[in-house]
Amino acid sequence: MAKRIDVSDLDIFYGNFKAVEGVNVSIEPRSVTALIGPSGCGKSTFLRSLNRMHEVIPGARVEGKVVIDGQDLYGSDVDPVDVRRQIGMVFQRPNPFPTMSIYDNVVAGVRLNARKMKKSDLDDLVESSLKGANLWNEVKDRLDRPGSGLSGGQQQRLCIARAIAVQPEVLLMDEPCSALDPISTLAIEDLMTELKDRFTIVIVTHNMQQAARVSEQTGFFNLNGVGQPGRLIEFNPTEKIFSNPDQKATEDYISGRFG
Amino acid sequence: MTSLDTQRRKDAQPPKPVRSPGDRTFAGLSTGAGILILLVLAGVAAFLVSESLDAISAPAEDIAGGEGVWAYVGPLVFGTLVAAVIALVVATPLGVAIALFITYYAPKRVAATLGYLIDLLAAIPSVVYGFWGLAALAPAMVPFYAWAEDNLSFIPFFAGPASATGRTMLTAGLVLAIMILPIISAISREVFSQAPALHREAALALGATRWEMIKMAVLPYGKSGVIGGSMLGLGRALGETLAVAIVLSVSGGVTFNLISSSNPSTIAANIALQFPESSGLGVSTLIFTGLVLFVITLAVNMLARYVVNRRADFSGAN
Amino acid sequence: MTTTAPTRPEAPEPEAPAVRTRRGLPRFGGTGLFVAGLVVAGLLTALSGWSWGLFAVYGIVLGTLVTYVGSRVVEGPRKATDRLVTCLVSSAFAIAMVPLVSLVYTVVSNGITRLDGTFFTNSMVGVVGEGGGAYHAIMGTLIITALAALISVPIGLLAAIYLVEYGRGKLKKALTFFVDVMTGIPSIVAGLFAYAFFVIFFGPGVRFGLGGAVALSVLMIPVVVRSSEEVLKLVPNELREASYALGVPKWRTITKVVIPTAIAGLGTSVTLAIARVIGETAPLLVIVGITAATNFDPFDGRMATLPVYAYYQLTQPGVPPQFGIDRAWTAALVLIIIVMALNVVARLISRFFAPKTGR
Repeated sequence: MAKRIDVSDLDIFYGNFKAVEGVNVSIEPRSVTALIGPSGCGKSTFLRSLNRMHEVIPGARVEGKVVIDGQDLYGSDVDPVDVRRQIGMVFQRPNPFPTMSIYDNVVAGVRLNARKMKKSDLDDLVESSLKGANLWNEVKDRLDRPGSGLSGGQQQRLCIARAIAVQPEVLLMDEPCSALDPISTLAIEDLMTELKDRFTIVIVTHNMQQAARVSEQTGFFNLNGVGQPGRLIEFNPTEKIFSNPDQKATEDYISGRFG
Repeated sequence: MTSLDTQRRKDAQPPKPVRSPGDRTFAGLSTGAGILILLVLAGVAAFLVSESLDAISAPAEDIAGGEGVWAYVGPLVFGTLVAAVIALVVATPLGVAIALFITYYAPKRVAATLGYLIDLLAAIPSVVYGFWGLAALAPAMVPFYAWAEDNLSFIPFFAGPASATGRTMLTAGLVLAIMILPIISAISREVFSQAPALHREAALALGATRWEMIKMAVLPYGKSGVIGGSMLGLGRALGETLAVAIVLSVSGGVTFNLISSSNPSTIAANIALQFPESSGLGVSTLIFTGLVLFVITLAVNMLARYVVNRRADFSGAN
Repeated sequence: MTTTAPTRPEAPEPEAPAVRTRRGLPRFGGTGLFVAGLVVAGLLTALSGWSWGLFAVYGIVLGTLVTYVGSRVVEGPRKATDRLVTCLVSSAFAIAMVPLVSLVYTVVSNGITRLDGTFFTNSMVGVVGEGGGAYHAIMGTLIITALAALISVPIGLLAAIYLVEYGRGKLKKALTFFVDVMTGIPSIVAGLFAYAFFVIFFGPGVRFGLGGAVALSVLMIPVVVRSSEEVLKLVPNELREASYALGVPKWRTITKVVIPTAIAGLGTSVTLAIARVIGETAPLLVIVGITAATNFDPFDGRMATLPVYAYYQLTQPGVPPQFGIDRAWTAALVLIIIVMALNVVARLISRFFAPKTGR
């Protein structure tokens, strides 16, 4: 069920401010694609435009095309809500719903969309999603406890379980490990390697080692100066980016000679 | 639902994304509720105007007092202002001092409780304040009024003759002062506690005493908040009804004498006292005075909100 | 900044401590000086005939004065000014506590006389003089306040949701501003509005319970909007984003995620709004009136309400007046108890219904 994403000539605006300019890229299914670059270069904005989450901010809009398996996400008859059901997202800070138990958090996507499901099916979904997020063994005895009582790393895996329980085709991750300690980070990275067999994964990260460890493809975003829109400078296999990049700017950034 | 329709039309203009029917309904409902509130406010003005038209257009001699609505409402406006100004003059310094006490002087452990005690003053119904003013405050003030008449009668406010019951303009003003105290102190407390810790610590690091720190870093920051809070209190004092209606002994007329038993009434108290027994043109006249009160409080409140909000815009809190 | 402190250590000793010690009052010196002033004030009051009011005035003035002078002599002017302000600010708080204590004492001591079974079970039908109760008035207050809450809570909550979740541009600005302004509408004006509105349909002299509920709603809605808005703003945006990212439509995000997260705060704000209007007298005086009999039908005829009942029992007690006045105080006491109970309930709601963290 993983799908391919084709982005062509994508510009992203906040009001009159152009945040990202001219992105052309193809993201392969069943792989991990990492987006790296300095702060404020538009990589998170670009990521959020892939499931139309950036529209939550008033005044945000895009020009260009994002096509998933032949369907244009920004077609005039497309409901952004449907887009987000196909393309899940995990955020920088773990954000389980504080009013819900661990169990309810996992099935939140199903329940909130008022889809009717039998109790046994729900139970199966919770178990498979939590197993998919490598969390099942740690929480199976306390599914009715509040999700916010877990540790930060567990919470983030709960959020991943919640995202995959809706059975999306693509999983977007916006710096999923930046608020976590190294051990929890390792757990999430291992999880990504497992999940890529089922999902197309796009991850934004500030951690270049992480990009090198988990991804097949890497995109480097940069901006020419303050107030300029961000651009996708280079998109290549990860190995190539980290050993022999095409662009001078990429090499500078990766070797720490940035700025 | 007309509000729903307008919402749809508004949606049609910008290239809005597709929305599900559930979303449209809910957005329409909540927008409708917002519009309804604005309509109610407009309705308050409109219905007060329409019901007071009779009194405005009636010949002057038909209005109570025989000199027309403006002559009728004049002394009431005067009384309203006098009572409210007394309340403001007493409550503002007291409210600011209390706010300072709670934010910077009281031990941190009890500060919240003390604040809650002051807030309790706001929870007490106005009719109960009237009871207390009549039964406790007024008699307690009688010796002071007698003393003031003897020693301070050269000041027009204390000209006398002193009231024997204590049901004077000054007593009414003091009751109002206690009623608006929590408003002023609550808003002052809020702005004082928001004074940037950096500035406060900078002042203390220079070796300032606590008062010097407050003077340097807290008061300048909180000034417009205090002004706005006092004006909100003023608005409340202008419109307060029952406390004044019960406490004040009314005879009409215009006088600055604050300690005698013949006092001008206030608009709100006059309505409360007269309305139940009025009919026809009398009701219309009273509604007209209510309209005047509405306009006055609206102006004061809008000014107050303007002052308070201006502070919010410049405080960098956004 | 004022000039340097007047107290400088004399020629530094060979092993001067790192922090310079300076002359100062002992730890409770300031309090001690103030108490000394109080004692003098007590003597002075006793000489001129004892009265608590006089003692308070003398006490604050003399206590502050003694503290200031004492501190000025020992510690210098800067410290003395600081102590002066401390005295003034603390006195201000003490002064504000006087009416609160006095009010509670007056109401309780006067109201306790008739706080009996009859008061809660009888109406005023056929009562002249002794006996009688406020059953009809308590029921009337409950019915009218419940109706007002029924009108205000949905409108206020939806408007708050509009402001936080949907609002933008001019309408949002206008609504925020006018809701603030509306909180300042005098309660009597709200009553006149209800009268002026219903007189069009029912003719002059209209008095009925629903009118009172409408008048109270005018006062209650802005309170509900403002406090609910504050509460909804506290819900972290991350939760909304998490829900959107699961493909949940906005309205279900609001009803299933935002509102449940904020439910404790919303409960508190609604309860406090009810407490705010349940003691309102003026609007009910105008549009609901008073009656001696029990009337459960808010759509037809006058109803008694507790605050209006208290007001009339005090101002028109009948002959002999004492029985009416006793009933008035008891009504005031019951009113205060109801308002305080609502305040306590509001606190309990915010404590027990807050989202659990489970840690």
